[in-house]
Amino acid sequence: MDLFEYQGKQLLARFGVPVSPGEAADTVDDAVAASERLGYPVVVKAQVQVGGRGKAGGIKLANGADETRRHASNILGMDIKGHVVRRLWIEKASEIVEEYYASFTLDRAAKKHLGMVSAKGGVDIEAVAEEDPSAIARVHIDPLVGIQDCHARQLVFGARLNPAARSGAIAILKSLYRAFVELDADLVEVNPLILRPDGSVHALDAKVSLDDNAGFRHPEFEDFRSLASADPREQMARDRGLNYIGLDGEVGIIGNGAGLVMSTLDVVNQAGGKAANFLDVGGGAGAKTISNALEVITSDPNVRSVLINIFGGITRCDLVAQGILDGFGSIDVKVPVVVRLDGTSAEEGRAILAANPKDGLVPAATMLEAAGRAVELAKSGGAA
Amino acid sequence: MAIIIDENTRVVVQGLTGREGRFHALRNRDYGTKVVAGVTPGKGGTDVEGIPVFDTMVEAVAETGANASIIFVPARFTADAVYEAADSGVGVIVCITEGVPAHDEAKFVDYVHHHHPGTVLIGPNCPGLISPGKCNIGIMPGEITLPGGPVGLVSRSGTLTYQAVHELTQRGIGQTTCVGIGGDPVPGTGFIDCLSRFEADPDTRACVMIGEIGGSDEETAAAFIASEMTKPVVAYVAGVTAPPGKKMGHAGAIVSGSKGTAAAKIEALEKAGCRVGRNPSEIGELMAEVLKGV
Repeated sequence: MDLFEYQGKQLLARFGVPVSPGEAADTVDDAVAASERLGYPVVVKAQVQVGGRGKAGGIKLANGADETRRHASNILGMDIKGHVVRRLWIEKASEIVEEYYASFTLDRAAKKHLGMVSAKGGVDIEAVAEEDPSAIARVHIDPLVGIQDCHARQLVFGARLNPAARSGAIAILKSLYRAFVELDADLVEVNPLILRPDGSVHALDAKVSLDDNAGFRHPEFEDFRSLASADPREQMARDRGLNYIGLDGEVGIIGNGAGLVMSTLDVVNQAGGKAANFLDVGGGAGAKTISNALEVITSDPNVRSVLINIFGGITRCDLVAQGILDGFGSIDVKVPVVVRLDGTSAEEGRAILAANPKDGLVPAATMLEAAGRAVELAKSGGAA
Repeated sequence: MAIIIDENTRVVVQGLTGREGRFHALRNRDYGTKVVAGVTPGKGGTDVEGIPVFDTMVEAVAETGANASIIFVPARFTADAVYEAADSGVGVIVCITEGVPAHDEAKFVDYVHHHHPGTVLIGPNCPGLISPGKCNIGIMPGEITLPGGPVGLVSRSGTLTYQAVHELTQRGIGQTTCVGIGGDPVPGTGFIDCLSRFEADPDTRACVMIGEIGGSDEETAAAFIASEMTKPVVAYVAGVTAPPGKKMGHAGAIVSGSKGTAAAKIEALEKAGCRVGRNPSEIGELMAEVLKGV
């Protein structure tokens, strides 16, 4: 789960990472009031979960109420790479001597934590990695040991930061690492980390991504989630506990297991169609889960046909078949539904469907056949 | 022969008295797996359909000679279960549980590798593994496999593994061992570990490797295949059309060294000499062709 800048900053501040005082604002009037309280100059910052805000005009300096008003009204509602700005973060402006980059993440290949620092901050760090990889200092940290002073020193000296920034940067790295571990974050990134004229080091931006799997020990994760998604289909799926990602095609997909569902999207594509979504009902889905999934998928007006592709392991195909029938009974399914069942209790499942024929319910023997059929039906306008 | 598990494997089930644990342990036993014990703290002295339950792993291993464990406990207790299994001395730990926090995972994988270097940890978030006709540890439906080899299969995905095994079996191609290593960020066992075991196994004549988007494990495996494998490998990568999934931000992209796309992985595998299927059906077709040549 990716957080907005202001949420990330508030979390990092709890761990002692110095950030600028600021306030969130959803309206122009709130933005002006916040600016007055903070004192000018302030920076008006679009809160969107995408990079390149500055270049898109989503970050502006304001020296007075008129400027805050002008910038806030321009930025609110702005579309930045498909993300509409609904919230602003107003913060006290900082004087900047130098800009750096700092992050902690998990290096999957090394199976260790990875800290990275660069003296070339404030820009697209991927470009730095591409053009000048030696400008990024990297240090692996054993997760059982955690960060030691030597790791932080290695990062700061390795990145050849300005000597004036050393002690401040070392302290921030240790706080940042503690936040990374204690928040169960997949990523904490500060870009830019700045050196100010008074010699202090300060986080001017924050990108925090939390591990959803750790939600059970972080009740506060729920507060962040409520603001996260604007797609009504995704919200509906989340309310029903389904793993759903909305796409823009016409074939609705229901499957079990992320790999099989991804493969199903690919096969639909090869058959000349386009998936309307990714929906993984997970392992051990019962009838209720399947009928819920069908409800979410068929509520999408772009969906012209549905493909249900189940290979039962922990999931029982007889329960899946029952769920499909329940769905047909309780909701108005207007598009054809192609069903392929294999694996655990597949014969029972197919028998249940065969014994209860429904208009628009189309059984298929293999995954390829099912995909071909679903695409064909979507193209012919959904008549089975 | 088979890799990692065979007819001499004796399994203790951590979480046997839970719903999932009980269901799959009994299914594994019905398949012919030697399921010798269960562990649930506080329920020692009871039994599940004749399988004795112990309070601790140490006790279960001492009393029954178990040499492998399978973990079905909920995500919040999984790290604890892995530490207990590793310290009990079993040589194989199969962790089925999904939804384990990545930070827990990084720690216990690190612990097992450093403190119990001989122990094989499979998972978490995996379907387990099966040596057809000999031993099935996990949630794979045993009836879709075909004993006798000659194909060894390793996969990051769960249900896609079943699909691939199904494609082989439908064509009369048997398997030595099928390993679902799981799709989590820090799997206990990776592609290369399995591929090198298959390379060393005289009964395995060819391998299937199934990957998916994210990370760079497929690219690393491709380099290993090119330099170390004499046996042919048929591969498949899911997610060609998937949108970028979990955003790991810039730091993640730097770590992976590539964007983790399916296209990049397919290219790397083809460069390494693998035949790469465009859909799961082609895994079976390509393997039938490959086997004619070995």
